[in-house]
Amino acid sequence: MGTFLQDINERIGGVPIQRCYHCRKCTAGCPAASVMEYNPNKIIKMIQMGRRDDVLNSSTIWLCMSCETCITRCPNEVDIARMMDVLRQMAIEFGVDAREKNILTFHKVFLANIKFGGRINEPIMLAHYKLKSGDLFSDLAMGAGMFVKGKIHLVAPRTKNMKAVRNILEKTAR
Amino acid sequence: MKVTYYPGCTLHGTAKEYGQSMIAVSKALGIELQEVDDWSCCGATSAHSTNFKLSVALPARNLAAAEKSDQPVMVPCAACFNRFKSAQHYLKKDAALKAEIEGIIGAAYTGSAVVRNPIDIIGNDIGLKALAARVTKKLTGLKPVAYYGCLLLRPPEVCEFDDAENPMLMDKIMTALGAEPRFWSYKTDCCGGSLTLGKTEIVVKMVDKLMTMAKEAGANCLVTACPICMANLDMRASENVRLPAFYFTELIALALGLEGPAQWFKMHNVDARPFLEGLDLL
Repeated sequence: MGTFLQDINERIGGVPIQRCYHCRKCTAGCPAASVMEYNPNKIIKMIQMGRRDDVLNSSTIWLCMSCETCITRCPNEVDIARMMDVLRQMAIEFGVDAREKNILTFHKVFLANIKFGGRINEPIMLAHYKLKSGDLFSDLAMGAGMFVKGKIHLVAPRTKNMKAVRNILEKTAR
Repeated sequence: MKVTYYPGCTLHGTAKEYGQSMIAVSKALGIELQEVDDWSCCGATSAHSTNFKLSVALPARNLAAAEKSDQPVMVPCAACFNRFKSAQHYLKKDAALKAEIEGIIGAAYTGSAVVRNPIDIIGNDIGLKALAARVTKKLTGLKPVAYYGCLLLRPPEVCEFDDAENPMLMDKIMTALGAEPRFWSYKTDCCGGSLTLGKTEIVVKMVDKLMTMAKEAGANCLVTACPICMANLDMRASENVRLPAFYFTELIALALGLEGPAQWFKMHNVDARPFLEGLDLL
């Protein structure tokens, strides 16, 4: 394994992030920059300085919403959105506790729901999320309203070839 | 025209009115839908945030099934559309990845499917003139801002949809329906997307800003093509700033005089019927 920087560049598989000349256009357009622990430009600088633990422990990588404004506007085509994906994936791989636990819990519950039926069953996924996150009481009135409006179906059509779907999840699991 | 149709998970659930209006509008405009055989979820944000290969393999399974015909693949959900286009992008430039993914999905993948969003199919293939000719009830008094969000547009070389900073296609569709779309600077801003459960307070702030800016632009509603944007606009906006939001297909159906709009509007969290009755449109 190379340095933190080399490892990330290899996983992104595109323009190396050293191309960044710190114009901060990514950060100017980032809708989450104001709530991030370190803004996107700072994350790039920290990677260049080898601050692996600070980066993977940061809330930033979980608060990125993947809106892809950064890669769309970067004058050097540094794929910052993909970099954020890579950082989340590395944090999971290296067993770093997610700073925004509920966001990772949501992703896990979402993927478990695919493994269960091939397609997302929203009420079952939401119930599962509530149990896992411990956030039991928010949005209950809204959920009840949706049930009354006929938008929530406990039984929804599933993918028939579940063997193929489970195979995908198992073969890509690390 | 015939298209292969990938509804995706939400169009059977929280975006039920998008699914139903999509089917009604397609039928009226002569777009014949053939659903992707035994489709499965695209993986959405959760797959690409946590596992790269999974995020390519899940759309690839559906693309491989869709490739069996040479029809365009119509994907109404902006999130599914983005994941399909991204998977094609990665598989096109990496032969080793393609071979590995074919092994994982147990099927051949050629990349031949042409993935398109219905905004593009209706605006360009059916055409704005043909659409305007079908209007039986002009949407006079409706002043929407077209809200495109992130996933139809970015990154532009992957999505190949419309201008990434100033898309106009949905605005033009609204004009064809007799509505008066307002210009605003927030049409490509993010709604907060999948943070809606894990970080609700951030999403509320982002949606409230969109609503405030829509009002400032003189709009009385918003129109979108994304089930995630719709869920956030419809459910997360604070009461003092919120405006009704619509799927673009609901408004096409309304202008074409099709059956269904009243029951779809009833399904919104913010019931849009009083607003439309006030404009004499319902």
